[in-house]
Amino acid sequence: MNEFSHFLRRPEAATIISLAAVIVFYVIFGGVDLGKLFGAASWVNFAANLGIVAIPVGLLMISGELDISIGAMIPAGSMTTAILSGYYGYPIAIGMLGALSVGILVGFVNGILTVRTTVPSLIITLGSLVAMQGIILSASVLLTGNASVPLTAPDWAKFAFGQLIGGSHQVIIIWWLILTAIFAFVLHRTSYGNWIFAMGGDRDSARNLGIPTSKVTIILFILSASAASFVGMCQAILFNSAQVSGGMNFIFNAIVSVVVGGVLLTGGFGSVIGIFFGTLTFAIVNQGIYFTQIDRNWSNLIIGAVLLIAVGMNETFREKALSYVPKKMKA
Amino acid sequence: MAPIIPVLELRDVEKSFGPIDVLHEISLKVHEGEVLCLLGDNGAGKSTLIKILAGVHKPTSGTILMDGKPVEFDRPRDAADRGIATLHQFGGTFPLMSIGRSFFVGVEPQKKWGPFTVFDRKKANEIAVKAVRDFGITRIDDGDRLVGGLSGGERQSIAIARAVYFGARVLILDEPTAALGVKQAAHVLRIVNETKQRGLAVIFITHQVMHALAVGDHFAVLIRGAVAADFRKGDKTREEITDLMAGGESMADLEAELEGYAQNQEERPPSLGHT
Repeated sequence: MNEFSHFLRRPEAATIISLAAVIVFYVIFGGVDLGKLFGAASWVNFAANLGIVAIPVGLLMISGELDISIGAMIPAGSMTTAILSGYYGYPIAIGMLGALSVGILVGFVNGILTVRTTVPSLIITLGSLVAMQGIILSASVLLTGNASVPLTAPDWAKFAFGQLIGGSHQVIIIWWLILTAIFAFVLHRTSYGNWIFAMGGDRDSARNLGIPTSKVTIILFILSASAASFVGMCQAILFNSAQVSGGMNFIFNAIVSVVVGGVLLTGGFGSVIGIFFGTLTFAIVNQGIYFTQIDRNWSNLIIGAVLLIAVGMNETFREKALSYVPKKMKA
Repeated sequence: MAPIIPVLELRDVEKSFGPIDVLHEISLKVHEGEVLCLLGDNGAGKSTLIKILAGVHKPTSGTILMDGKPVEFDRPRDAADRGIATLHQFGGTFPLMSIGRSFFVGVEPQKKWGPFTVFDRKKANEIAVKAVRDFGITRIDDGDRLVGGLSGGERQSIAIARAVYFGARVLILDEPTAALGVKQAAHVLRIVNETKQRGLAVIFITHQVMHALAVGDHFAVLIRGAVAADFRKGDKTREEITDLMAGGESMADLEAELEGYAQNQEERPPSLGHT
C-alpha cells in the first residue's frame, strides 16, 4: 500500500494507469486478441517515430518552453537527405549530415530568438514552422522540379536506419529505446537535469543561482529540431523517397504524448519514463483500434478522453505529491 | 561590543529613475551578529533599497561599502558572490522540486557512477535536511519531499538555512513574515535570531513593528525614500515607531478619529437591504 502511494506521487503514474485502462477497454469492448496486439508492429513503429520527437519536446516543456516547428523539421530532414543523396547523388553520409545540420541550424535559430526576445517560444516556433514549410517546398521545386524525391540508400544505411526487423519492426524502435535511456539518465541523474527542472520552476531564480539558462535553452531547441530531422532522415531511408508534406500530425501527437505522460504544460515537473509511456498510450489508442471491432473513426474521441482523464489524474497526483507528509510525522 | 567596521554600509546612496527620486541620502550600517530592521510603509522605497543591495539596480550616486571598502555590483551575481543573500517573501521558488534538489540548484553535489558523473541525490538530501534541522526545524526529515508541500514558515526556514550553508554573510529578508500566520511567523523569527547568533548580519524588512521589535538590534524607518529615524533597541516604544512609520501622523489621533466615526455610525445604524 505504501509502495502504491509512492508510485502515485510519481509524474508517470497517470499515464501507466491510462495505458492499462485503454488496453482493458479494448479487450472488453473491442474484443482485442492481446497476443495479436502485442505481436503487431504497427503501433510500435508509430510510437518509436513519435517518441524520438516527443522526448526532447517534453524536456523543452519541463524547462518552460514549447517547440512546434518539429512539424516542418520531419519533412525537412527527409527532403534534405533525399535531395543531397538521391537527386544530387552525394554519398548518403553527406545527406544524413545535411539533415542533422538543418535540424541543428533551425533549433539554434529557435533558441537564440527565444532567449534574446520576450516573444513566447510558441509564437517563435510557429513562425519557423511555417517558414520552414515554405523553404522546403520552394527548395524542392527549385532544385529538383518536384515535390517528391526518390532515394536509394546503401546497405549499411538501410541496416542502421531503415531496416525492417523481422520484416515488420522498424529499426528506429531501437534508436527510440537508446535515446529514451540516454535522456532519462541526463534528466534524472545528472546536474543538467536538475537545471532543466529549476529553469521550468523559475527561470529568473535559476539564472541568479548561476545556471546558464540561455545556453541550456538553445541546446534543448537544437535537440528537438534535430530529433525531428533525424526521424525524417530515417523515414526517407526506409521508404526510399521523401515528400515535402507530412509531419504536421507530429506537433499535436507529440504534445498530447508529453502531457499525458505527466509533464506540466507550464514547466518544472515531469519525467522521461512518463513521456515514454505517454507515447505508448497514444500509439495504442491510435493504432490499436485497428485490432478492435470498434470503428476507427472513434479513435480521436478516445484520445481526447484519455487526454482529459490522464491530465485530471496528473493534477490529482501532483496535489498528492505536494501534500505528502511522511507517515510517522502525521500524528 | 560590535566590531568597528560594519560588514555592509551605505553612504549617501541616492537613486532616481529618470525624473523621479526614489531614495535620498540613505546612510545605513549593519554589523556582524546584528539585525537591522528596515521599517516603512508601502512605497517608502524599501524594495528599491533591497534591489540596490542585491545588485539589481545601481545607485545613482553614493557608495556601498563591504568591510569598509567600496564595492560595485553590476548584476545580482556580484552581490551573491560577496555573500549577500536576498530572500523573498515566499522562500523557495521551485515548488515542484524536492528539498534536496532545490537546495543545490546550480551547485549540485556529484559522484562517479561507472564512467559517468551523476547528481548525488543521497548526499544532497542528507546535507539539505541536516542544514534545516540544525536550525531546529525537526519536522523535515525527508529530502525527497517537494518544497511546495511545506508550510510557508518551513520554506522560509529552508531558504535561510540554504543561504547560511552557502556562506552568506549578509542576509536580506524581504517581508519574510508578511504572508504567515502567528505561529509560522514566530518560527521564522526564531530562525532569524539563530542566524544572528551565528554571526551573520541580517537586514530584516517589514512593516510589522511587533516582528521587528522581537528580533531587531537596530532600526531604520524609511519615509518617502529617506531615513526618517535611525535608533537602537530600547530607544523607542512600539507606539512611537508605529507613528513614525505612518509618516509622523500620530496613531493616537487616527484612533480617536476612527472612534468618532464609529460613534457616528452607531447613531445611524446601517440599514440592511437598502442602498
